[in-house]
Amino acid sequence: MSIFYLIYIEFMIRLNAPHWLIFALWHLILFIFIAILLVITVIILVLFERKYLAFYTRRKGPNRVGIYGCLQTVADAIKLLFKENIEPKNIDKMIYYTAPLLVFSPIMTVWFLIPFTSGLIPFDSSCSLLLFMALLSISILAILFAGFSSGNKYSLIGGLRACAQAISSEIPIFLCLISIAILSGSLNLDIIVKTQKDSIFDWYIFPNILGFIIFFISALIVMNRTPFDLPEAESELTAGYHSEYSGMKFAMFFLGEYALTFIICAFTATLFLGGYNSPMGFYFSDLLNLPIIFQEFLKNIEQFIWLMIKTGFLILIIMWIRATYPRLTTERTLNLSWYILTPLAIFNIFIMSLYKLLRSIL
Amino acid sequence: MHIILSTIDNIYNWAKSNSLWPLTFATSCCGIEMMSATASNFDIARFGSEVFRASPRQADLLIIAGTITYKMAPILLQLYEQMAEPKYVIAMGACSCSGGMFKNDSYSVVYGADKIIPVDIYLPMCPPKPEALIDAIKKLQNKIKQESLIKREAFISSHKTNLHLKDDLDILTLKEDVQIFKMGL
Ligand code: SF4
Repeated sequence: MSIFYLIYIEFMIRLNAPHWLIFALWHLILFIFIAILLVITVIILVLFERKYLAFYTRRKGPNRVGIYGCLQTVADAIKLLFKENIEPKNIDKMIYYTAPLLVFSPIMTVWFLIPFTSGLIPFDSSCSLLLFMALLSISILAILFAGFSSGNKYSLIGGLRACAQAISSEIPIFLCLISIAILSGSLNLDIIVKTQKDSIFDWYIFPNILGFIIFFISALIVMNRTPFDLPEAESELTAGYHSEYSGMKFAMFFLGEYALTFIICAFTATLFLGGYNSPMGFYFSDLLNLPIIFQEFLKNIEQFIWLMIKTGFLILIIMWIRATYPRLTTERTLNLSWYILTPLAIFNIFIMSLYKLLRSIL
Repeated sequence: MHIILSTIDNIYNWAKSNSLWPLTFATSCCGIEMMSATASNFDIARFGSEVFRASPRQADLLIIAGTITYKMAPILLQLYEQMAEPKYVIAMGACSCSGGMFKNDSYSVVYGADKIIPVDIYLPMCPPKPEALIDAIKKLQNKIKQESLIKREAFISSHKTNLHLKDDLDILTLKEDVQIFKMGL
């Protein structure tokens, strides 16, 4: 098991804690870690996006609250927390209130699958890739729920669009995951990361560049990011599926969207860019002569930083796309994923199988 | 008790005043100035207000940018009532302050948006410059910072409209109890 877990067990046994408590507390600690990480990333991400878009349109961006506007999103969050909770007249109450929770909880669960460092894999499962896809679909269902229950035609259209997009783009995503599974021979994310650890040329982006591009575009469609943000197209649909939600319930959708953006980027980094591995093949902390436990600890921190750098790079690309491209229409989005991405992804599986075969022969 | 309340007041007012998300609502020429206030020369993003929400449920600030006609009045009222509670209104431009240049002889213009909904900040001029809009937002922020949770009841009652729409479906028909629509006719 991981070094953190061993230290934790050691510590708890010295305290004479009962076994069930040790077990339960470890999961609680992981949960708190993920929750804090999630909130902090979302707050930073929203602020960063606003600043970055401002940079692209030659503006200053938020700069009055805190130093360089660093507390802007904190102020937004507090305001949203206190906002009035509006209940429209013709909603389907049960579904209306479950939708914001349902959109958020699967995304939060997906966070547990990511191997953040070699020692910190919150939920190590032998079928992480399958779980990833399954959980992603649940949050799409929640968006459909939100659109359906609001009793508003714009919301309904937004929800349906989100659903149509997600169905059409989950197939290319799944096919790309299959190509990764063929290359690594496993569905376990930890093994996938460990098979690309030696150097930058071991990353799966190099044989599988086509898969990377298809995965990235399809992920943009699933995330409802520009240029595929049709479900919340402001010029046509008011605010799309969440137009009847106010205050905290709206904040849940907002939070879910950014958490999804981050997590898909982290997934892409894990699958194609070597995850927490350093691109040089060695870690800076290996060069130091420290006691093994400190060294391991530093190594874990360094791995976490590498993962964050790769994820941040992908997020930067997504924001760059947002600042550059206008929105596509629905049928062009669907045509793109059904007629171009899906056949290409199938073709890609074929190429990857051939590549794997040749590598095993030669 | 007072100390706790005033601390909460401070934090809450700080948050409210620094994230005023405006509603995308512009009825005529003043709207152009509002748009240019978001663009790079003026940039209301600096004060945290560049997040224009299209849905009134998520907006805090209604900038009435332009002339309000009798046909637009019910829609304005509906939008105002759809907004969630801490909500503020800036009447931008002479038209929405008092009727402006339509004041004397127009049969179709409401002489001042405050006849329909309560207004927090009046911003005259025809059209106001983007700097003036930013100044109005700053003034509104200062006003929000004076608020207190103790005086909340008074605040809410001062932000209620006297007019009411009976049903969302027939917003465009003239109603008996909505006196305002008859004024100019
Ligand atoms: S105040 Fe002037 S610029 Fe503004 S809406 Fe009226 S006429 Fe147009």
